[in-house]
Amino acid sequence: MNDEQKRERIAKRIALELPENGLVNLGIGMPTLVANYLPDGKNIFFHSENGYIGLGPAPEQGREDWSIVNAGGKPVSIVPGGCFFDSATSFAIIRGGHVDATVLGALEVDEKGNLANYMIPGKMVPGMGGAMDLVVGAKKVIIAMEHVNKKGEPKILKQCRLPLTAKNQVDIVVTEMAFIRVSHEGLVLEEIGEGFTVEQVQAATEAKLVVAHTLGKFS
Amino acid sequence: MKPVITTQEAAKKIKDGASIMVGGFMCCGQPLSLLDAILEACTKNLTVITNDAGFPDKGIGKLIVAGRVSKLIASHIGLNPVAGQKMNSGEMKVELVPQGTLAERIRSAGAGLGGVLTPTGIGTKVEECKQKVMIDDQEFLLELPLKADFALLKATTCDRQGNCFLAKSEKNFNTVMAMAADEVIAEAENVVEIGQLDQDRVTIPGVFVQTIAEARK
Repeated sequence: MNDEQKRERIAKRIALELPENGLVNLGIGMPTLVANYLPDGKNIFFHSENGYIGLGPAPEQGREDWSIVNAGGKPVSIVPGGCFFDSATSFAIIRGGHVDATVLGALEVDEKGNLANYMIPGKMVPGMGGAMDLVVGAKKVIIAMEHVNKKGEPKILKQCRLPLTAKNQVDIVVTEMAFIRVSHEGLVLEEIGEGFTVEQVQAATEAKLVVAHTLGKFS
Repeated sequence: MKPVITTQEAAKKIKDGASIMVGGFMCCGQPLSLLDAILEACTKNLTVITNDAGFPDKGIGKLIVAGRVSKLIASHIGLNPVAGQKMNSGEMKVELVPQGTLAERIRSAGAGLGGVLTPTGIGTKVEECKQKVMIDDQEFLLELPLKADFALLKATTCDRQGNCFLAKSEKNFNTVMAMAADEVIAEAENVVEIGQLDQDRVTIPGVFVQTIAEARK
């Protein structure tokens, strides 16, 4: 699979997981793609951390409104039924448990549901932005990422090695190979990406996976 | 009635070594004329409290690139590579704060509170050297108030009483910063007479604003 096919598969699967009529915050990068794969008729409102509900698509070139930007500072739009507010209210919505789900990328995830996604000491220190609040506050934390890193090493570990974004907060991890739920029994492999075997998924994962009784498939 | 001055005159109020809060999120809702005037006034050794390091060629990002900021307190600096370089070289001190915590630390200072208890940052580097408090079996971090000498805001419309209307996603940090500084300067795109801004459309009450600076057109 090329990178684009992997990203499409991950985004499509996560789109099915979002709660109907829910409020969802999508991180920058691969998570943003999820909005393109919502099933027809599924109603979701997107939250933008800088201060509104109802994040809509980017306007066509020449019609940008620079007073409506996304978390990356790019002009977007707001849909009917949406509303604007300030940063304190935006993070009250996040931290206060009013966001149904957040989708974020990850550098590492581990079997305790710990997440590392905001820095590599000495290399990349961009800051956490709103990620720490989102992971602590959202009702459901869904991680969208490729199963292994660029060197081919596992990103789903027994224990995260990079500085944590939050402790014990991840609920679901979706990669091109697997749909994994974090539970008290450990990481449960609930569905497998088409074209892969359980052995291949386990070989690409440092943590021990518990295979669900009825293993589903996604493509 | 609040004084209405130019952004150049407003910039002169800010001396070397001052601490300033700057509203905006990736330059949206940021007082860009005022920041340009500070750059032109060659003010240096500033402590800046703002959400992000912006872009290298716009707003607060320009002051960082020009080496005028000795300390930055922000949640994100990733889209201004110069900020990262200056942090790594030790030229600029950077304190990274989770975005929601940054908003609440500023709000608590402005609201007369002794800080806030938040679950954000528990189990991470953010909790280092901070007091933890248990409330109903849940652990919280005590985060302390954050204030500054000046807050620089951006308003879409400001009346002569200092009441501000901020359009769309330009509100962001401006509303909390308005409460948390010794002197608040609002850069206004439009300045109107008292009575011309509908009281129902006031985003920031004029009581917080001392000075109005007209944005350069």
